Order: sequence, then structure tokens, then C-alpha cells
Amino acid sequence: MEKITGSEAIIQCLLEEGVKTIFGFPGGAVIDLYDTLMDSKVNHVLVRHEQGAVHAADGFARVTGDVGVALLTSGPGATNGVTAIATAYMDSIPMVILTGQVPTPLIGNDAFQEVDIVGITRPCTKHNYLVNKAEDLVPTLREAFHIARTGRPGPVLVDLPKDIVATMVEFHEKQPIRMQNYQPTYEPHLGQIEKACKEILKAKQPVLYVGGGVILSNSSEELTVLAKSLNIPVTMTLMGLGGFPGRDPLSMGMLGMHGSYTSNMAVAKSDLLIAVGARFDDRVTGRVDAFAPHAKIIHIDIDPTSISKNIAADIPIVADCKHALVAMNNWFASSGENLDEIGATHSPWLETINDWTRKHPMTYLDEGETIKPQFVIEKLDELTGGDAIITTEVGQNQMWAAQFYKFNKPRRLVTSGGLGTMGFGLPAAIGAKMAFPDATVIDVAGDGSIQMNIQELSTSKQYDCPVIICILNNNYLGMVRQWQELFYNKRYASTVMEVTPDFVALAEAYGAVGIRCDKTSEVEATIKQALEAVKKTTVILDFRIAREEGVFPMVPAGKATTEMLLV
Amino acid sequence: MKHTLSVLLQNKPGVLSRVTGLFSGRGFNIESLSVAETLDSSLSCLTLVTTGNEAIVEQITKQLHKLIDVIKVTDISESEYVEREMALIRVKAENTTRAEVLRVIDIFRGKVVDVSPKSYVVEVTGTTTKIQAIIDILRPIGIKEIVRTGTIAMVRTPKK
Ligand SMILES: Cc1ncc(C[n+]2csc(CCOP(=O)(O)OP(=O)(O)O)c2C)c(N)n1
Ligand SMILES: [Mg+2]
Repeated sequence: MEKITGSEAIIQCLLEEGVKTIFGFPGGAVIDLYDTLMDSKVNHVLVRHEQGAVHAADGFARVTGDVGVALLTSGPGATNGVTAIATAYMDSIPMVILTGQVPTPLIGNDAFQEVDIVGITRPCTKHNYLVNKAEDLVPTLREAFHIARTGRPGPVLVDLPKDIVATMVEFHEKQPIRMQNYQPTYEPHLGQIEKACKEILKAKQPVLYVGGGVILSNSSEELTVLAKSLNIPVTMTLMGLGGFPGRDPLSMGMLGMHGSYTSNMAVAKSDLLIAVGARFDDRVTGRVDAFAPHAKIIHIDIDPTSISKNIAADIPIVADCKHALVAMNNWFASSGENLDEIGATHSPWLETINDWTRKHPMTYLDEGETIKPQFVIEKLDELTGGDAIITTEVGQNQMWAAQFYKFNKPRRLVTSGGLGTMGFGLPAAIGAKMAFPDATVIDVAGDGSIQMNIQELSTSKQYDCPVIICILNNNYLGMVRQWQELFYNKRYASTVMEVTPDFVALAEAYGAVGIRCDKTSEVEATIKQALEAVKKTTVILDFRIAREEGVFPMVPAGKATTEMLLV
Repeated sequence: MKHTLSVLLQNKPGVLSRVTGLFSGRGFNIESLSVAETLDSSLSCLTLVTTGNEAIVEQITKQLHKLIDVIKVTDISESEYVEREMALIRVKAENTTRAEVLRVIDIFRGKVVDVSPKSYVVEVTGTTTKIQAIIDILRPIGIKEIVRTGTIAMVRTPKK
């Protein structure tokens, strides 16, 4: 058998897994790998900070569904990536992170740029490895990709000591991976499916509660069939947005802390909650004992630990969402039931739901020429037909994007849901744009968050990867300020951004275009100008919005979801 | 409720810290933990005693299962099982108390494994309750040091 170097073997593995683009930042421990990478068929995107590399790979993974790959050097390179690895872990994003490590004889000696990254990332990866034998290199990488993309996806880190990467290894042909100890359940138990379907037939006030699992398993079509064939209203978590078309009359929008009045009321009054790929997160449930108090709960999830963790399920179904939804749709199709008739029995329920929406629509107060952030998002939605890729930062900007952009398709909203990582949006936008160069990619940003990974403007420039950064500039760490306003007697401790850069000048310094807008009447023209300019270069829009605008509805933390503060 | 879990793991570096990290990270309780290689040296068996209501123990079991290096998790306390723990106890054994100590050791079928003019090291095995009992009885005489293994357990062979 012919032998190749460890770094050649790594590149071979990447190609074998279909990886065309990786994001990274070099250093001593990975210099061999970079040397090999230079002449390989794998494109490498040089970011400006390792957090950016991992977020960009994450954004790439979220829009494509493929495994995102990042390459970091040992020590500070690896630790700089940790926040972004945790971000991907919380949202179950398939990724492989390769980190350099000091040579095996030095491990444990506090060598230069040595950290125990496997130890550090153990609780924030799906799995991780330190490769300490050359013959383990190839099998480990293959296993890493397998674990990252199967079951409930997640980031897998592989730590690569410098001597292993430089050793000659044998490269055997890839065999199907069989792991005795890791066999995710894809197929649902048909008895449970039947039980669930019969409950659905009986329900008078059913609600579909859709989470990120529907996006990850590419099952929004199957979900849409289920909802429409039986006339069941749909509410989505932040991660589930786009899983069901946002413009469909059955869509009630998001639920939870900043969910729509309609969604939260519907869940509270429902007699059957069908949770699909969602995990009853505290931002969704509010006070747990007041969540869906009258409903039987059907819970479909591929991860058994998600089921009955926060709320006990009456009918648990451990399965891939797609397989489970197909099985349910098949059951209904062959049940001999008249689905139109059953759907029609939900009319009074849908009428109640429409009443709630009429009484308390998603709305905001018009303040004339003072720009309302919600208006900016509405205009973005209108001018892009709900079909742009929207990444977000974190805070009010993120919630306004989730509330007012009507995501029509899955994989269009790229947002840090579980961890809520400020600084995610720009690198993620770059990753998304790399994946789909023809797509319109917009980072809905806050003036605070954007400064956390602003350096990636250079990456966007260098790789001709133009995106729009739409800053909803309130000159505050707005979401925290909102909590202080409501719950801390308006004591704005450290949330006033007393010094903020001139974002237009900053854009120009990075070779991008900057446009400031401070009048409602100019919002539309500004967005149109940006949509034109972004064909050539990255654009920063600095919207000076109503500074103390809040995100509503709001369920205060720990309250029942029906106890909403409204506009 | 007390539960005794038997966990079959890959015998590899770092695996134990995945298990203990899971418990500390999620606020689960470990009362005792004992681990060693099995007949197949590529695997180890970990016996873990924990407390919690049904929902918590269900989460613990599922979370353990989710670890890639975990092969099998059994809640031993759901079936008939035998459990043993061993303790080494350094107890004061002076002229006035030596006879009493020996009598207690005898009752508990313990062994003296080390002798010095002023103390014995006693080895005793049994259920956790038995170990606790001998400790309680020897304590007034004067225990200087205790080391316990933690519980190990095995399901009884089903009798047809
Ligand atoms: C890395 C990180 N640090 C701190 C926080 C806490 N946090 C949540 S929202 C927020 C304010 C964000 O400000 P900005 O980006 O201006 O967004 P706005 O809420 O004003 O729209 C902060 C500090 C966080 N989510 N992430
Ligand atoms: Mg702000």
C-alpha cells in the first residue's frame, strides 16, 4: 500500500466527504497542513479571527445542510473557536473542526501554544477526538464526519498533533461506517405513529409546534402536507422559522418569549400539541406548569434526551422528523378518513385564532420620520420577497428579524438560537454567501453585536463575497436595556454605547459601501440602493432607529406565556 | 430514590471525564462510582450510584446513552441484583480495645490486613448498609482513616 503524509490524508478525507470549502486561520501547529492545502482542490477561506472561521463554517452548514469545516491552530487558535463551537452545538449544526496540537511527545508538558482543547470542548461538542496514533488519523476523520451529520447533528472536533500530521500513513478505501455504540434511531415506532394520528383525528384545537429539527431533517415539505391536509395551525420556534411558509394563512409565526400573541394563546388553549423537532426550551415554554395546560402532547424528536426533559410527552416518538412525518402522512392517506371533513371541523378553532390575530397583530407604533426597526424589516421582507438569506446578530435586532421577516422557505434564517452569540451574524453571512454566491445575504445587526466580529469585513472583501449588513442602530445594547427599562427601574447600567464608530467611514475603510439613513421616508430607497450595490461589494446600512423601541410581545422570564406585555 | 447504574464504556482515555463531566454539567448527583476493565480489555464497566426521581434517572440514563463512547446503560436496581463494596478501615487497637475490635470484625466477617502496636487496618466487604454498620460500631472505638471502593453491582442470573 502506498503511503501518503498525514496532511495529504486529511485533504483526501475532506474531498472524499465532498468538502469544497473550509474556513480557517493558520499557525505553527497546522503549518504542514496549510502547505498541503495550498495546492489542493479544497478552497481555504482565510478569516480574520478563529471565531469567524467557525461561525462562517456554521453559516455554510446551516444554508446547505452539509457539514461545515473549520481549521484552527493549537492553543489560542483553538480557544478562540470555542464560543463558535458552542454556538453550533446548541443549535445542532453538523460541523467538523480541525485543530492543530503540539507534537505528541510534548503533550502534557505545557508546551508552547498547548491547550487541552479536547478537554475544553468536551461539553460543547457532539464528540471529540485527540488523534495520538498515525493509523487512527483516517478512520477518526471519517468517524467525525459520520457523527457530525447523522442523528441529531452537531460539531465534532478532531485535535491533530503536529507529528501525526507529518507522519506517513496508509490510506485505505472508505468502508461503510458501523459503530456498535452509536446508532441513531431514524424510523419511528409505527404503533406510536398510529396512536399519534388517532389523537390528531380526535383533536378539536390542535397546534403544530415546529422546531429546528424540521429544518435539519429537511422535512418542511412533509410538515406542510400534514398541516394543510388537516387544516392545523402552525407555530414555530426561532430555529423552526421557515420550516412552514411564513406567508401561509395557517402560520401563526413564532411562539415563546417574543412570540406572537396568537401563537402563545393558541398553545395555551390547545387540546393537542404536536411538537416536531422542538425541545421545549425555556424561552418557548415560559413557566413550565402553565405551558399548554390543556393539551395532550405528541413529541417527535431524533434525540431521546429531548423528550420528556422539560415537559412530559403523552406520545413520545423517537425518530427523524422526516421519517415520522412521512409515516403520519401515509397513515392518514390510507386511513380511509375524509381529511377535508376533519380539516373543516377545525374551522371554529381557526376562527378563534384569526380573532386573536385581528385583536393583537404583530405590530408597532408609527412615529412618523423616526425609523421603526420593525418597519425596516418589513421593507427588507417586501423588497426581497421573503426569500433572502437573513443572518442575525443577537438582541432586539434578532427578534425583530424573526418577528417581521416572513420566512417562506427553510434554511433562510441563520441565527444563533440556543447560545445567543453576539458576533455570529457577519461571519455566518459570509459562510452562507460562499455556499450560495447568487443569493442575497443580509445580516440584520445591532450596533453592539456587529462590533464583535467586524474584522470579517476584510474576509468578505478578499473573497469577493458581498453581503448587506443592516444595522438597526439604537446606540444601546438594546435587549439588555429593554430588561433594565422593564425590570430594573430604567437603570441603564453599561448598556449605553457611549462611543460607537462611524459605520459609514468604517465601511469605507474596509473597502465596503456605507449608507446612513435616519428618516422613515428614506428606508425603502436605502434598501433598494443596497440591494443594487451588494451585487458588487459589501454594504453597511446604518439605520438610526427609535432608540428606546422595545420588542413586543414579551413574556417576562419565568412567567406563563399568556402573561404577555403587548405594544 | 437510589439507583445503581451499570455502564459499559470504551476503555479509552478521557471517557471517564465525559461521564463525570455530564453529571457535574447537568447537576446530576453521584453517590459513588467505581470503574475497571472488563473481560474484554477494550471495554470498561462503570458502576454508578445516583439518586433522583424517575424523571431525573430517565434523563441520566438517556444522557449517558447519548455519549458516543457509552455502549450500554443498565439500571441494575430495576432487577434482582447483588452489590458489594469494600472498605479499608484504620481503627485504634490498643490494649483496652483490641479484643472488642476483633469481636466486631469477626461479626462482620472482616479481616485484619495490617497490624501495628496501636492500630489495625481492617478489610471488610458487603453491601453499603453493612459497611455503614461496621463504621458506626467502630467509630466510638476510634476510626483513624477510611477508604471505600464505592459500590459495584451485578444483575443476578435469572433462575428458570
Ligand atoms: C457574546 C455575548 N455577550 C453578551 C450577550 C448578552 N446580550 C444579549 S443581547 C445584548 C445586546 C446586543 O446589543 P446590540 O447588538 O446593539 O443589539 P440590540 O439589542 O440593540 O438590537 C447583549 C449584550 C450575548 N448575547 N452575547
Ligand atoms: Mg443596539
